[in-house]
Amino acid sequence: MAEEKERPRTIEAVGTAPFEMALGPTWTRFFEGIKEEKIFGTRCKKCGRVLVPARPFCPRCFEPMEEWVEVAQEGTIVTWSYIDYTYFGLEDDMIPVVPATIKLDGTDTSWWGVIGGFDIKDFDLVAKKVKVGGRVKAVWRKEKRGCVQDIEYWKVIE
Amino acid sequence: MKKVGIVEVTQSPGAESSLSLMEFTYKTVKELLDKVGMRRDEVDTYVMASSDVLHSGMSCANSFDIDATGGFLKPFSRTEGDAITAFVYGCMRIMSGNYDTALIVGLIKGSENADNDTITSCFADPFYSRPTGINETTAAAMQMRLYLQRYGITEEQCAKVVVKNLGNALFNPYTHIKKRVSVEDVLGSERICDPLKAMECAPKSDGVCAMLLASEEKAKELTDKPVWFKGWGASMDTFYLGDRDLLDTPLKSAAASAYKMAGISNPRKAIDMAEICEPYAFQELLWCEQLGLCGQGEGGKLIDSGATQMNGSLPVNPSGGVLAMNPYVSRGLYRVAEAALQIKGKAGEHQIDKKVNTALAHATYGFCGQWQGVVILGS
Ligand SMILES: [Zn+2]
Repeated sequence: MAEEKERPRTIEAVGTAPFEMALGPTWTRFFEGIKEEKIFGTRCKKCGRVLVPARPFCPRCFEPMEEWVEVAQEGTIVTWSYIDYTYFGLEDDMIPVVPATIKLDGTDTSWWGVIGGFDIKDFDLVAKKVKVGGRVKAVWRKEKRGCVQDIEYWKVIE
Repeated sequence: MKKVGIVEVTQSPGAESSLSLMEFTYKTVKELLDKVGMRRDEVDTYVMASSDVLHSGMSCANSFDIDATGGFLKPFSRTEGDAITAFVYGCMRIMSGNYDTALIVGLIKGSENADNDTITSCFADPFYSRPTGINETTAAAMQMRLYLQRYGITEEQCAKVVVKNLGNALFNPYTHIKKRVSVEDVLGSERICDPLKAMECAPKSDGVCAMLLASEEKAKELTDKPVWFKGWGASMDTFYLGDRDLLDTPLKSAAASAYKMAGISNPRKAIDMAEICEPYAFQELLWCEQLGLCGQGEGGKLIDSGATQMNGSLPVNPSGGVLAMNPYVSRGLYRVAEAALQIKGKAGEHQIDKKVNTALAHATYGFCGQWQGVVILGS
């Protein structure tokens, strides 16, 4: 079973299969809030933490989370990166992207979003404006679909 | 506790192979059976590890691969996740007293499937995370930035991990990437996901690793130098990245379980060498901290001290590690195999100078090391 010098044939296989995944009542309610430009979290009655996005139960205490709280649309950058490469599914015209984790005021977790609203193609400018500990606020799309992309980007508060 | 011994290991090279997955797997398993002088039906039980769908293009992939493992019509199981769990599953079967020998095989041809990050973006839930473009590399880059900022680790210190591991890989005939690089080369490579540079990210490799385990008596019969299974620990963190402190990972508790089982109270003194899974260079430093091999925030000092070099006091990844060869799924079993070879004194050109009595093998997967597993082996 020696390796051949000349490359043997390969066969290309591409698979596509649709999935339809249930959001469940908690996430449905959360995305209804998003449609109205509101961000909801849930508070755990045991540990008191407010988690965003809203959760059906507190993973730590393993108790249901039944108290809904509307949270601030401003927060602090915990960490960030600058995506400047492509792979299958991420094309040239989709980069660069500035992902960040953002701790919204009054919450006990951070939320994953993308920073924008200025020329992010300029890395030096991004590195100047985007800082760990820096402040950002949500900017909404006009047309909403009730999904996480309804927040178009997070704008740096100077 | 019954003892379990590693009798023999075989591994395939990591570069893209022109063999089919069936031929590629058969070759390494056959080599193992020939080395120990057994026929496939003489092995009591088989555990294989392979990945479904995205990593292999097949669903219930073992239905196809099983022929090449030799395990059909034998007591057979398969594990998902990293192949290090197949190793532990095999150990448990022998410890049950029902089996004397177990053949473990982890298999993948990374060269055949889509880009790593196309696949890793599917680790993310489709509701909140995936639409924002998260994948394993972007998550690692965010973890790296926190690591640099919180502890003052430098980009040079992270780059030194690449220089060390690719340097070690030059002495390992199986490894995928063979290239001597400098700190300047690493720092100058493309900033694909700032602060991560292209050369700080593991490649995508082919890799089949096979291993024969045996009960104490049987192991002593089959080899004059069995390597003993001493400890195991695994832990997994919650899914949401935002709920976690990315620099306080479940590796701490995985290591604590493994050390307790192996009777290790001071890992810095007890561990002679370690094979650590570092798909991103800085993670070798962070994982060393979480394993208790150096203090918190001291991963940078550890690499600067030279201790983790091949000739240092605590060699880490003398094989070249995952930065030199990254067969997803089987990479954790490779770590166990390499640690076992060091204890046996059979690692060839990358055998470390000092005697190895206790070795550590580590595996991880998921965003920012969500899942962590630690194996301790002894002479
Ligand atoms: Zn709670």
